[in-house]
Amino acid sequence: MRHGKYPFIIGFLVVPVALYATFVVAAYLQTFQLSLTSWSGLGKIDYIGFDNFVKLWHDDVFWKSIKHNLFLLILLPIITIVIALVFAFLLNVGGGHKGGQTRGVWGSKVYRIIFFFPQLLALAIVAVIFGRVFGPDKSGMLNGLFPASWKPWLFLADERYAMACILIVLIWQAVGFYVVLFSAGMGSISTDIYEAAALDGATRITLFFRITVPLLWSTIQVAWVYLGIAAFDAFALVNIMTVDRGGPNGASSVLSLMIYRNAFDFSQAGYACALGVVLFFLTLTFAALTLRVTRRESVEA
Amino acid sequence: MTEIFAKTEVDRRTLLRRAAAVGLMATPAVGLLSACVGGGDDEPTTQSTGTKSADNPLGIDTKAGVEIVIFNGGLGTAYATDVDTPAFNKKWPDAKITYSATEQISTVIQPRINAGNPPDMINNSGSNLMDFGAIVKAGQAADLTDLFAAPSWDVAGKTVAETLVPGAVEQGTYDGKPFAMNYSYTVFGLWYNKKLFEKNSWTIPTTWADFTALCDKIKAAGITPFGYAGANASYYMVRALLTSAAKIGTEQALKDIDNLKPGAWTAEPIKQAAQAWGEIGNKYINKTFLGLKHTEVQLQQDQDKVAFYPCGSWLENEQAKDTPAGFEYAVCAFPSVTAADKLPATAINAAAGEIYFAAAKGKNPQGGKEYLRAMLSKEAALGFTKLTKSLTVVAGASDGQTISPGLTSANDMLTKAGQDVFVGYLFDTWYKKLDDESRGAVNDLMFKGGDAQKFCDRMEAASQAVAKDSSVTKFTRS
Repeated sequence: MRHGKYPFIIGFLVVPVALYATFVVAAYLQTFQLSLTSWSGLGKIDYIGFDNFVKLWHDDVFWKSIKHNLFLLILLPIITIVIALVFAFLLNVGGGHKGGQTRGVWGSKVYRIIFFFPQLLALAIVAVIFGRVFGPDKSGMLNGLFPASWKPWLFLADERYAMACILIVLIWQAVGFYVVLFSAGMGSISTDIYEAAALDGATRITLFFRITVPLLWSTIQVAWVYLGIAAFDAFALVNIMTVDRGGPNGASSVLSLMIYRNAFDFSQAGYACALGVVLFFLTLTFAALTLRVTRRESVEA
Repeated sequence: MTEIFAKTEVDRRTLLRRAAAVGLMATPAVGLLSACVGGGDDEPTTQSTGTKSADNPLGIDTKAGVEIVIFNGGLGTAYATDVDTPAFNKKWPDAKITYSATEQISTVIQPRINAGNPPDMINNSGSNLMDFGAIVKAGQAADLTDLFAAPSWDVAGKTVAETLVPGAVEQGTYDGKPFAMNYSYTVFGLWYNKKLFEKNSWTIPTTWADFTALCDKIKAAGITPFGYAGANASYYMVRALLTSAAKIGTEQALKDIDNLKPGAWTAEPIKQAAQAWGEIGNKYINKTFLGLKHTEVQLQQDQDKVAFYPCGSWLENEQAKDTPAGFEYAVCAFPSVTAADKLPATAINAAAGEIYFAAAKGKNPQGGKEYLRAMLSKEAALGFTKLTKSLTVVAGASDGQTISPGLTSANDMLTKAGQDVFVGYLFDTWYKKLDDESRGAVNDLMFKGGDAQKFCDRMEAASQAVAKDSSVTKFTRS
């Protein structure tokens, strides 16, 4: 049967590799090429060397956007992972040890479904809904809940809180998925370990820190990379929810939005490609760093 | 053949839409857009033409099909399918019109232009419109000189240009040649509920002192005197401010801005207008409007929670569904800012808008132009006004017709203005980045303290940055 192996494998691979090469690799290569041009998005292409990158270095909005992406990059993974870990622990192990089985808190099956709900909603819908939640007058959900005597909070229209609002929505949407991911990870931890620890008198908190977290480390590491990449994105939310798309005054601008606006609104496709190149390297660096830094700490299960 | 092409386009379009939804994909998407850019520079080998004659002044091939793409937005699409296409086909029954509509003009059309396969006539409108200046510079828009010089479709003895309102052709002119047909004619002013004002016997102000006095009264009645939506419609406010500036210092103030003249934004008329409006913002606006969208503020006006709203004449039609029985739209000119204003209080800003153009590198550019000529007939223009409640650039096409109270009011305002109608500014379509800056700056002015100097300085800096940026194509007007 050996002689049939290669055609079989090639048959499987040819379509995805062709698609990937056309729509990802080729597109990226072209982006690199275009980042050295002053192309408007239409017509003639002029090469201008590294001028786009010089311009970018002096662009305030670019540095603001980088700052906002870093804000998300630091807070989004930490908060999401902590919340998701706690929830996953409660759903799986938090109910203690009964009749030779560890179980979740009461009603955990229902919670599991509820937590996953946000993941099922399209991001655009989530953005519109939260646009109303953060509505700046009394018709907004949060302002409506505040006492009548309070001055309405502007939320997204306030330069100080706009990014925090985006962060909250990103977390709200992501937690469900990571609860499921961590639950699956916890399911693969042998109950014997928990049993042994429980017999030794470990509390739930000790179980969490001494057993669950170390044994889940590789899953957490993957979650971290995923969330980090999501933090470099955030495009849809910012585009739909914020004042003047990325405002007020660039207070919620992120790199992906900048790329889109330069390419499609400002007719500066060359500049947008330069931003794309920067985003590409940032994302790559982040992924490589995360994997490297967390590698040494993983525990053999 | 065409079907296969259409299909690949759908795929690419869908892909781009995905890219828009997932920001990380934006990077490869820009590259994708350019995928066929090499092909875009080539002339298609065959463009349909026919013999010119008195009956066929543009020399179209009477049997060649014409593909049109209409923006599906506030004006709807019925005017194209029910008025323009039938009018065209009545004259040219053998020319098949291929019609499609989209809400995403740029996403759908730009890749087709780059692939060298554009539709023949395109309605470049909506929030996702293409940068028309860039299209002109890339040689993708057909020169419309012959269209405007051709005899009118149904007004005997006049050329197309002669049937239009003053300024209509100029507004689509780039460096001396007309490339765009701006079809709808929009008058701008302060919109209010006539019934509400009659009930409270509030009179329409013509001076700034009257305006602020009335705002005080309105405020005392528990209504927000003035408002606009900061979240996505702050350019309505930019227009209000710059209209006031033009009234103080004539349209020259706006021409200087368009021409990126140093000091244009810090000039006295702009500063005075910013000062006056900044005070309105400080005293009479509802600060939460900064976070609201245009539909939300307009709805509040329909509920009589907001008195004055700066907008164009599309407002009545846009709000038709939400306007209650006791509400009757009317519009007035922006009041004079100072006693020394160079233009009278009745002066208004009215501009042709909604770009329609023929693609230079399509299969049938003359057919696309002929379609535009059909749209510019008096009959089609009246049909458009009836369907959309918007005036057109075809002069007097809807005279003597009672269509809606708001439109009648707008027509009255236009009559009262007489010769004092100015086109306004074009920098917002020429330089999108400057447009973007003006939105942020005006929001700061109106919602955060009304610092006129800061507004002027910020805009001046942005304008000079655009002037220095060699990657931005420049335009001038006089």
